[in-house]
Formats: sequence, structure tokens, C-alpha cells
Amino acid sequence: MPIKTVYTAQIDHLQILDENGVLDEKLAKDTLTDDQVRYLYEFMITCRTLDEVAFKLQRSGRMGTYPQNKGQEANAIGSGFAAKKGVDFLVPCYRENAALFLHGLPMHYILLHWMGDERGNQIPEGVNMTPLSIPIGTQMLHATGIAWAFKLRKEARVAITYFGDGATSEGDFHEAMNFASTLQVPVVFYCQNNQWAISVPRENQMNSETVAQKAIAYGMPTIQVDGNDLFAVYKATRDAVERARAGGGPSFIEAVTYRLADHTTADDARRYRDPNEVEAWMGKDPIIRLRKFLEGKGLWNADLQAAHEEKSRAIVAEVIKTAEGIAKPSTDDIFDFTYATLPAELEAQKRTMRTASLAQEPQQAGLNNPVNA
Amino acid sequence: MPAFELPTVDFSKPLPSRDGTRLIQFREALREAMSEEMRRDPRVFLMGEEVAEYHGAYKVSQGMLEEFGPKRIIDSPISENGFAGMAVGAAMYGLRPIIEFMSWSFSLVAADPILNNVPKMLYMSGGQWGCPVVFRGNDGAGGQLGSTHSWCVEGLYANVPGVKIVIPSNPYDAKGLLKTAIRDDDPVFFLESERMLGDKAHVPEEEYYIPFGQARVAREGDDCTLVSFGRPVNFCLEAAAELENDRISVDVLDMRTIRPLDIDSILTSLRKTNRLVVVDQCWPFASIASEVVTQVCERGFDWLDTPPVRVNTEDVPTPYAKGLEYAYLPNKDKIAAAVRKTLG
Repeated sequence: MPIKTVYTAQIDHLQILDENGVLDEKLAKDTLTDDQVRYLYEFMITCRTLDEVAFKLQRSGRMGTYPQNKGQEANAIGSGFAAKKGVDFLVPCYRENAALFLHGLPMHYILLHWMGDERGNQIPEGVNMTPLSIPIGTQMLHATGIAWAFKLRKEARVAITYFGDGATSEGDFHEAMNFASTLQVPVVFYCQNNQWAISVPRENQMNSETVAQKAIAYGMPTIQVDGNDLFAVYKATRDAVERARAGGGPSFIEAVTYRLADHTTADDARRYRDPNEVEAWMGKDPIIRLRKFLEGKGLWNADLQAAHEEKSRAIVAEVIKTAEGIAKPSTDDIFDFTYATLPAELEAQKRTMRTASLAQEPQQAGLNNPVNA
Repeated sequence: MPAFELPTVDFSKPLPSRDGTRLIQFREALREAMSEEMRRDPRVFLMGEEVAEYHGAYKVSQGMLEEFGPKRIIDSPISENGFAGMAVGAAMYGLRPIIEFMSWSFSLVAADPILNNVPKMLYMSGGQWGCPVVFRGNDGAGGQLGSTHSWCVEGLYANVPGVKIVIPSNPYDAKGLLKTAIRDDDPVFFLESERMLGDKAHVPEEEYYIPFGQARVAREGDDCTLVSFGRPVNFCLEAAAELENDRISVDVLDMRTIRPLDIDSILTSLRKTNRLVVVDQCWPFASIASEVVTQVCERGFDWLDTPPVRVNTEDVPTPYAKGLEYAYLPNKDKIAAAVRKTLG
């Protein structure tokens, strides 16, 4: 019997706006209008400002560990803009702040979260997102479950879940991809391949040429895009979201991007990264190419830039003021938020904060204790 | 998201009699509980390995695929971490998943969703995102399944706040407790035993809900308090019957839920008997039995006439060989000996 080829595959790479700000007009057709690009560019600057100020807040002891988004903003903004606000659901990890803001999360919530306050994850009514998921990969399964609920309830919604290249080594990734494609649920897997899983480079994490090809094994449409190109990110995500909404099941997007900053404020990437590599990616910054594009069209100039940077600083100052102005959480919260209904045992602990041994003062703890009755 | 609210369960309603002639198996009681709740609530679905076409590895879900269809009775790939994690998302978006682990031993590969997400989601979102999932399946040794398939997870999982842990010992309680679990707004770990699925008892046809945190006095006596939960409750009753021949009468308390733990009922019994034996099918080190003894010592020390005694398994991996497995587990003889020890 001759050997037959039973399967072949290819991975397409999509770039529409190159690093010099040159747009492929044909591919850009029916993507973003000039007004939208300008609005999203301004938004990107504000998010970058917040990101840099957040770093300083950590360094000055006003905030806990923080993972900077710097350099990856086109991913969050392009994909977030492609999803329907108030309809679709974002299921994030922790490096896509801008998408959450686009969908209505007030900026101070992110600061509140990283200041160590669970109330930063009390998502306001009407904002469709789940709390930040810090364990790697966990949230992809949650997104698949949420998408399953959409399907079961016959709701025309789509879940987009975000994760990094590092998360694709987790079992959760493979299990979520397998479930999503087997059940054909409306979920978009958005991988921000920022080249580094903390200090481990992509080529040491996997032996595949691309991350995108991992989706082929799950029979899922997959594409690689330039993650620093707002147009490519928007187009790929919009196509995936539309496909999912129309009943076409899940899709995978590998967005090639770069973490310009450290993994988190607890990390110092200078110890393991080649400065030349970082330097090269600085030139591919999504902000730089968008500015070139807008300036080339006569839609932007130095004065507008200065004015918007000033405005962004004012917005961010106000955001910090709001976050820092929120009263510290009460000790009641740790008991009240553990169960839907406070159990009697916790009720007693709540009143006394005597978690170690209720025997010390059982009557003080208010227990219905027949021995001491 | 669309609201779907059911009225709160009225636990003040008296429970139906345990006496009667409607003898059904433990597995049928579980099925009845799930089916009744699924007919009432379109948010409830059952997912797990072999639950649909095969009717469950232990036939608990027999006939449910035919009644509820493949969108609500779902055969999953062999992917415990996968379906447990999906259940978290589905519950966050308002569904009420019932997840069947063929064995709780297999839940170990799903530790992240069941221990790191489910019990903490409500807390970490400042009280916003509850995870009302029921995880259920077979727990405990006794079927000669070897060490890796014979886990008693209650000792391990009860350490984690944010979940409720239910462990019935008989068909009547299985139905009433599982119905309460499905209606509960918190995540529930529901521990069954493959060794008991064929046990028969009267189970009322009507709907009833057994409240969590209320032990049942399975037998009354004056000389010693026997505390247990799950399958070993039945061994305690056997031991109690045998001890009666020697004019030793014991209170047997079936805890029914481990979290919440009805410590007050234990203390009430202790005031009468002044002696305590705790029977637990988990390993002894840092077990539920240890917790019960600790709480009794903290709150009822003066009522103890003799040191409390724990009957656990031996502190070794579960043996595969039949005779060794029996020797390793709590049994009637070990329990009777423990009671005699408290009596001096």
C-alpha cells in the first residue's frame, strides 16, 4: 500500500500595519475607520501612562506586585474593541488591562486589585468580565465553561480568554482547547505570545515553530498575527468573534508581541535578556507605528501628542486618587465573602476574630455550646 | 445575565418518615435527587465520564440521557481538570453544574479548579462570583481497587474553607442531602461510596431536603458516643448491636456533613455518655477524627471521663489484597474494641 498524506496544514501570519506605520490598504479594508484609530491611539497612550505610573507606585511602596502591560497594548485594545461591549465576555489573566477598560471597567479597579484589595474584582454591573486570574492557564477552562453556558442558554455571546505563550504548556490549555472544539462553544483563545515565560524564552518552552499550530490538533481555525499591529489584531479577533457568534465554534489567535518591561515588579529582566533584543522590539512598539500612521494621514502632530499626554497624566492622577481614597476593607469581609450564607461557626469567628481556638472564650464567641449552657 | 431564581428551601418543614416499604438502592436515590432538581431547574446539568450513553460507570445516571438529552447529560473526555474547570465558568455564568467524578481519586488531577478556584472565587471577587457546583462521586476504599483508586478525600479537602462537604451513609439521607446540595449557593463536595451504591432502604417518593450541619442520632445509648460519617456509620451500627449483647449501649451519631460540622450534637451526646469514639475511614494523621477530638477537647473537656479514641485506617497506603484491605479499614471489631477501651 502506498503511503498517503492524510493531513497537511499551514499557518498564516497577518500583518496590516508594519512597524514603519505603512498600512496594507487592501487588508485594512472594512477594519478600523480613521476616527476609531485615533480614538484607540489616544486610549493606548492613556493606558501606557497608567501602566508606567503603576510601576512607580509599586516602587514607592504604594502598591503591591504589578505586571506591566507595556509594549503589548495593541493586543488588548484591538481584540477588546472587536468584542461587543455589554454582550461578549472577557476572561482575562493579568496583562490586558486596556481591553477591560474598553469594556467599562473603571481604571481604579485595576489599581485597587494590585494594592491588594479583593474589591478590585467586584466587577460593576454591566461590565462583562471575570476577575483577574493569576494562576497560569486556569481561566481558559472558565472561559470554555462560560461559553458552554452561552450555548446552553442560546445566547448570542462570545467569550474571549487571554493568556501568554507560557500558559500553552499547561494542561489547562490543552483541556480547554479540546473541550471547546468538541463542544463547539463560542470562545476565542487569544494568546499573547510575548516571547518570555518570566525568564524562559519561547524556544525553550516548546519545540513547535509557532504557538498557533497547537490549535490544529484541536481542529480549530487558527492564525498568527502581528500583536503590535492594531489592525491585524482587530481583524483577526473580529473574524473569530463573528464566526463564534454565528455558531462556528472556537478559534485560536497567536499574537506575536513582546513584553517590553519585566514580568512583574518582582522581576528584573535585565539579568536574563539580551539588551539588543529589547532594543529591537522597542522599535516595534505599537504606539510608535500608530503615531507614524496617524501623522502620515495628517491626523496627528506633536501638539496633539503633548496635549493628550497631559490629559492622560491628569486622568491617571485622578484614578490614583480614587483608588487610594477608598477606605481599607473591614475584617468582616474575610468572613462574609467565604460562603454565600455565613455559617454559624464563621459568624462566631467574625465576632471575635478568634480563629485559632474557640475554646478560649466560647461564651464570648457566642456559641450555642451545650457544655457551657 | 438572565435571572433565574428559585425560592429558598424551607428547612422548617418536617422530614418524611424513614420507615416505609419503598425500598430503592442508594444509586437510585441519587438519581432521583438529580432528576427532581433537573426537572425543576433548567440551569442544572450533569457532566462527567461515562454519565450519558453508558448511564454512569456505576449506573447512577441510568435513564437520565433519555429524559434530559445530550445537552444536559454530557459525556466528557477523560479530562477531570478540564470539566471541573469548565464547571467553574459555567457556574460563574449562572448554571448549576453537577460534576461526576467516577472516583474522587481522580479529582486529584483537578486540584486547581476544585481547591484553588471553586472555594475561593466568591472570596477573591469580594463576594461577587459564587461557584455553586456540586462535585460528586465515589470516595473511599473497600472495593479492592488498589492504593491510587481508593482515596478518602475528606480529610484532605476539609482543610479548605469555602466548600461544604457532604457524606451520606444511607439512601434516605443521600436523596435529601443531594437535593440540598444542588440547591445550595456554595460549592459542595458530595462523597458517595461505591460499596454502598447497591444498599437498599426506604426512600420517600416525595421531595425533601435535609439541612446541612445537622447530625442524625442513628442509635441511642448511654455509655459512649460513637461519631462517624459515610460508610463507617454502618460499621458503628453493627458494633453497637454487638455491644448491646454485653449490655453496653452507645449513641451513634451520623454527622452527614463534615463542613459544616455539627459539633453541638456531639457535645450534647457527650454530656450524657462522657465517652467518645470517632470512626473515620481516612488516614489518622490530621484527619476529620483528629478535628472532632480537638474540638471536643477544646469545648467539652470537662465532660470526658476517659481519653477520646479515634478509629481510622492504618497509616499506610491502601492495600490491594482483600484480607489486607479489610485489616486496614475501620470495621465492627475495631470499633467495639475502641468503645470497650473508653469504658476501661
